[in-house]
Amino acid sequence: MFDIGPNHYLVLSAVLFMIGAVGVVIRRNIIIIFMSVEIMLNAANLAFVAAANRLGNLDGQTMVLFVMTVAAAEVAVGLAVILALFRNRQTVNADEIALLKW
Amino acid sequence: MNAFVFYPLAALTIAATVGVVATRNPVRSALSLVAALLLLAGFFVGLQAHLIAALQVIVYAGAVMVLFLFVITLLNLQPDPNDSPRPYTMELAVGSAVVIAGTLGSVLWGAVLPAGTDAPLPESFGTTVELARQLFSRHLVAFELTSVLLLVAVVGAVVLAKRDDIAPEDGAEG
Repeated sequence: MFDIGPNHYLVLSAVLFMIGAVGVVIRRNIIIIFMSVEIMLNAANLAFVAAANRLGNLDGQTMVLFVMTVAAAEVAVGLAVILALFRNRQTVNADEIALLKW
Repeated sequence: MNAFVFYPLAALTIAATVGVVATRNPVRSALSLVAALLLLAGFFVGLQAHLIAALQVIVYAGAVMVLFLFVITLLNLQPDPNDSPRPYTMELAVGSAVVIAGTLGSVLWGAVLPAGTDAPLPESFGTTVELARQLFSRHLVAFELTSVLLLVAVVGAVVLAKRDDIAPEDGAEG
């Protein structure tokens, strides 16, 4: 309980991941849904770094590097999509953007 | 990492994350996420991942979240009273999340990770030099591919966010 090992970090990562998942399901504002996805990605990053620390292997940290890069690229494109969507529909409510063609 | 550092930090991180998901105001949500990212960078430092911690602060909290805040400000999003979930969704979602997190947590709590070595980590673990060594030898292909990915993302973002209704200047044709 007081000897912090990798299992502590993995449990924390699982808790953070589920909080992000709840955010994706509950909220209707697209930008907040997007931020919840970022929470999930960061929870995975925490798990990777904890595993790298435990195994003495830098592969976990390299993976985190790539996850951060891909997440940054994804946020750029995703926010551009949201901007274009907002220009067309004037809303960020996920329920109202329900039709592929209006 | 010391237990007296880990538990308060973990509690704060969970509070910040819940703050992202729970608040109505998008700007407060974004600021809660910034706080959560910085707290996670603290965990990374404790896990001997110094370059990752620095990149988390600079790239994730410093660039990605600024992008989020730019878009929130650009769209002028107000706290939305219509953003409440459908009638039973909240209870269902939180209930199933607690069940899943409990199951996942108990499995991970008892998980026995493969023993690396019991020797303490080398001083250079997680520094820029060591990560660069990995990046440019074992993971070179992935590294090159991410550079292509970033190029595609930049071009895609510019194309998607471009406004079509602004007329081109005289002399520019199409």
